[in-house]
Amino acid sequence: MTGKQRKQFWSTIHAVLILVAMFIMLVPIVWIFLAAFKTHVDVYQLKLFFTPTLENFGIVFDDPYRLGEKLFNSTIVAFFTVLFAIPIATLAAYSFSRFSLRGETMMLVTILATQFVPAVVIILPFFVMFRDMGLLDTRLGLILVNLAIVMPFAIWMIKGFIDGIPMDTEEAAMVDGSSRLQVIRNIVLPMAAPGLLTSAIFCFIIAWNEFLFALILTNKQAVTLPIGLALFKGEEGDLWNLLSAAGIIIMAPMFVLALAIRKYFVQGMTMGAVR
Amino acid sequence: MRDSTLKYLLVMPAVLVVFATAIWPLIEAARLSFTVGRLNRPGSLDQYLGWENYTWAFFEEPAFWNSVWVTGVYTVVTVGLTTICALGLALLLAPGGRLRSSAQTLLILPFAMSPALIGVSFRFMFNPEFGLFDAFFGVLIPPLADVSWLADPQLAFAVVVMADVWGWIPFLTLVLIGGLASVPRDTVEAAQVDGASGWRVFRDITLPQLAPVLAVVIILKSIFSLKTFDQVFMLTNGGPGTATQTLSHYIYFNGMKYGQIGYSASVAWLMVIPMIFLTYAYAKFVFRKNDP
Repeated sequence: MTGKQRKQFWSTIHAVLILVAMFIMLVPIVWIFLAAFKTHVDVYQLKLFFTPTLENFGIVFDDPYRLGEKLFNSTIVAFFTVLFAIPIATLAAYSFSRFSLRGETMMLVTILATQFVPAVVIILPFFVMFRDMGLLDTRLGLILVNLAIVMPFAIWMIKGFIDGIPMDTEEAAMVDGSSRLQVIRNIVLPMAAPGLLTSAIFCFIIAWNEFLFALILTNKQAVTLPIGLALFKGEEGDLWNLLSAAGIIIMAPMFVLALAIRKYFVQGMTMGAVR
Repeated sequence: MRDSTLKYLLVMPAVLVVFATAIWPLIEAARLSFTVGRLNRPGSLDQYLGWENYTWAFFEEPAFWNSVWVTGVYTVVTVGLTTICALGLALLLAPGGRLRSSAQTLLILPFAMSPALIGVSFRFMFNPEFGLFDAFFGVLIPPLADVSWLADPQLAFAVVVMADVWGWIPFLTLVLIGGLASVPRDTVEAAQVDGASGWRVFRDITLPQLAPVLAVVIILKSIFSLKTFDQVFMLTNGGPGTATQTLSHYIYFNGMKYGQIGYSASVAWLMVIPMIFLTYAYAKFVFRKNDP
């Protein structure tokens, strides 16, 4: 082989390997997408070609599954978790970014560390407390505990965005007589808006996919989508066509959101440890 | 208002929320771990028991040690496999080109998938009758053609591992691609001109440059592996028997199914200890990067 041929050979191998890897990564997702449009007969066979049907999506929203209620719960819980988390996190992130506080490093490390506390540890005391307060199986209870997992991400992510905003404009406005709070409202918030939206979407995805808290705290009224998956375990085994339809309803909106913020996903997850 | 007051007021709400949702539960779980703590027995949550929950776990409960073992093996295997696969994929994608950008976009998808759904999806893929991966493996490795994956302890463990590795490869790959981009091109090219082989370049230049990023992803992945619950619950529910019962699952089971809140809180605290070390290591990297 000449040098050129060899180069071509290797670049073909290279491309093939990438395609194989992508195939493996996508197959489980594609398979769910296919199964969701199969009839309950087709789904129990390894079929690639079949007559697609939309009936599964009708069934999951009907009695006895009523996935619509779970969809509503998931949306409300994730939305309000984010609605509480982002403003609180933004104020803190601004302060951490612009000032030096006594014990700042310790606070930041503690906030970071809370992300690593196993969810199962957090939920035991909350379960006992919510049982006494009558907050079990409520959306409010779920929103409160979800703050535990969302806050550290929100604070660190937003701090990263605010760190990236140059201070000159703020300083100029302060010289012109604006107060600090006016500066935050009129200058920082508009400039940080894309970052805040990114963080909000990131936290929304985390809250939407949250499983353990919802599993332990809810059983009827406040059940969210991931827990709703358990509904489709029938007497005679898993109802794969319905599970897949529910799976699409869970993951498709998150795919759209994740693609919208794809550039920031890695930053969000690693909290600035890698850039 | 003066900045010196304002700066503390601004962080106050966040500090309160973090305290209430994460620090308080940790303290309260520690308190519960020293009580009788039965859900169905009123008053037992305040009934002091001393270290008995801990000694019970250590000396009387083989199931506890089983879940420690399962979690340990699971963590080592998933961290190792995910890192190796992700590094391979990152190296494949690093040169750039059209395939890379579409691959990078696609890699976001598994990442946005609920881990519970990943569990469901893998149970589907490994169904002995109509699972796609089951069929693949059956063709590739004939002895595996007729196995019932989730009914066999070792194979069920393997499926849980595969689901986890599958779910985490994208994240690690994306981080490592970022890390590879910071390896100086000149050095690599200079070495190639000097006649260094691909492997030598990788071992002597790329790998040392990548080491800090690798350390970060390995620590992060270890933390998430130790905590694993969702996929296990959906895939095997700890079974068959207790073959795939991770610590989180063991705690959940004892606390919620048997109502032994005090005992499960003590095991939960035992699980927090390795987390403290890992978090410490992780925080060092974060602050080294953030401070100039």
